[in-house]
Amino acid sequence: MGDFFTVSVLVATLASGIRLGTPFLLAGLGETIGQRSGVLNLGVEGVMLLGAFSAYYVTLETGSAVYGIFGAIVVGLIMGLVYAFITLVMHAQQGISGIGMYLFGLGFTDLLFQKNVGTPKPIRGLGEVNIPLLSDIPKVGEIFFQHSLPVYFAFALVPLVWFMINKTTFGLNIRAVGETPEAADTLGVSVNMTRLATMLIGSTMASLAGAALALEVGIFQQNLTSGQGFIAIALVYFGAWRSYGVMLGALLFGIVQATVLQLKTLGIVEGANSSLLAMAPAVLTIVVLVIVSRRVAAPGALTRPFDRSA
Amino acid sequence: MKATSTRVIASAVTALALVAASCGGSDDVADEPVDEPPAETQAEAEAEAPAVEPDAPAEASAEPIRIGIVAPSAENDLAWTQSMVDSVNRVAEGRDVEVAISGGLFVVEDAAAAIRGYAEDGFDLVIAHGTQFGGPLQEIADDFPEVAFALGTSTDFFGKENIYAYSVDAGEGGYVNGVMAAQLTQSNVIGVVGPVPAGDAKLYIDGFVAGALAQNPDVAVNVNYIDSFGDVLLASEAAKAFVQSGADVLTGTAQMVVGATGIAAEEGIPWFGTQSNQTGLGADIVVASQVYHWEVVLNTILDQIADGKLGGEAVVISLSNGGLEIEFNDGYALDAAIKASGIATIAGLSDGSITVPAGE
Repeated sequence: MGDFFTVSVLVATLASGIRLGTPFLLAGLGETIGQRSGVLNLGVEGVMLLGAFSAYYVTLETGSAVYGIFGAIVVGLIMGLVYAFITLVMHAQQGISGIGMYLFGLGFTDLLFQKNVGTPKPIRGLGEVNIPLLSDIPKVGEIFFQHSLPVYFAFALVPLVWFMINKTTFGLNIRAVGETPEAADTLGVSVNMTRLATMLIGSTMASLAGAALALEVGIFQQNLTSGQGFIAIALVYFGAWRSYGVMLGALLFGIVQATVLQLKTLGIVEGANSSLLAMAPAVLTIVVLVIVSRRVAAPGALTRPFDRSA
Repeated sequence: MKATSTRVIASAVTALALVAASCGGSDDVADEPVDEPPAETQAEAEAEAPAVEPDAPAEASAEPIRIGIVAPSAENDLAWTQSMVDSVNRVAEGRDVEVAISGGLFVVEDAAAAIRGYAEDGFDLVIAHGTQFGGPLQEIADDFPEVAFALGTSTDFFGKENIYAYSVDAGEGGYVNGVMAAQLTQSNVIGVVGPVPAGDAKLYIDGFVAGALAQNPDVAVNVNYIDSFGDVLLASEAAKAFVQSGADVLTGTAQMVVGATGIAAEEGIPWFGTQSNQTGLGADIVVASQVYHWEVVLNTILDQIADGKLGGEAVVISLSNGGLEIEFNDGYALDAAIKASGIATIAGLSDGSITVPAGE
């Protein structure tokens, strides 16, 4: 166990935890914005897969990861529009629609991959960007300032999302339509337009989360996300619909995963103990969800469609 | 009301998260699950050969032999499922067979439905390509006594007269790779990324460790079973952790290793592959791959079916029967002496002068 508590291993573990937590954070922040406006999107996983595939495929074809990210943004916006049409226009039940989106993303990316790519082919991802000066700080630089661009982007979004939700008129509208859409409507706030905007933002961020994953590992394969989108949704509850709470959950989840990984890499835990440890992040999430769901109320109109004529 | 609603949604999300996260894990024991649960069997690969091999017992009827394959991961995963798909395609070059493949059936219940579907559709041979399918296969096989089934990797055919078990001595190729890896490492630290300690993954890794230690007892071979067949990011991070701890040679097994090969390519670290030829994942870093030639199993089973024997036997592929092959990557400048030692080890394992010690 002493091997784990060395500075180099602890630094590597924390840096790894930040990388592992990034897809959760990006997708979780987007879902937070959506849920604060009353929209639950269980299709995050499917949109992440679509974003991952589009970023991968565009990068594979063009050789540019930047184009890949643009591809993921476009796909995210399209999926946001689709989900908005299903739930806002057609008034479909959000939970079931989201699961449909997930299954669509899972199957469609597999189909596209089989037909257009075939065997997994590596791509060159974005690579690490060392922040000048900061990355040279011993240990701290290695933990925080030697990552790929999506990592910095995700963490920079945390205060921005907080500011947008809590300090802007748009954020006020989001909170209003998420709590009492009827009251917001009487005050002249367009509930559906506000929700459309949050769906577009949330879907784009989910797509970018998938892109970040594909560009981090430099490859795509069937079900690349392995359930990360669902964990991101769970982290929204974990974080009590606050951007900093979601960040905390994502970091906790990522660092626990990284710790388990390091303990196994160093041979400190093996066999059944290792399998038990692998469950740690999920168990932790369940415990926190139980606590949070008893103490913090969800947005009042979460999952409730708004129909002015009703 | 709001708190109740929150709890309901939270419970649903947690359940979905755990179920989906388990997509990355094993369904039970051996081989690689991935994802997507297609509900119906699809015929995706058809191959026909105009003539039967001269030395193969004639499939007397004019009808082609119909083979249905049910597999847990994608057909082109460069690993477990692809090894069977490639093999069946090679068999189709010499036999009159019609092949249908249902890949991506990581959910055992979905796979069971596909197995039953093939049997109901009158397929002659239904291959359940994953140890985890053994449970339902035992029940299904009783309902279709005229259909031959095959289950791998397994050495247990459950005493059924219509189930073949097939397996692989993956430890042999692991041993060969380990012998060469121990000569390539400068730091004397080698990293191994595995899914779960079971099935052919464990055989390969145990063989690899034994080979490396036989070649150089001072080598430290660190193994990390990440408890997932599908989590590419976790495999990538495991490889990074190995590199940070000084490993300068890597290997791994199962389909999530595409994450680890990415790190190997990024760092210019030699990689040893298994299951399928993984040169495509890194032409500069893949030294050699152990390739499964399931056609040895398939030809044996098809011959016996032609003779009226529908099961009750276990078939194992190995270096000696040609079911395993070490394919070197010509693009990797492997030292001639190391390659020669690898070839000598292959010969020793084939003639029995070298044996792979049993793992723990």
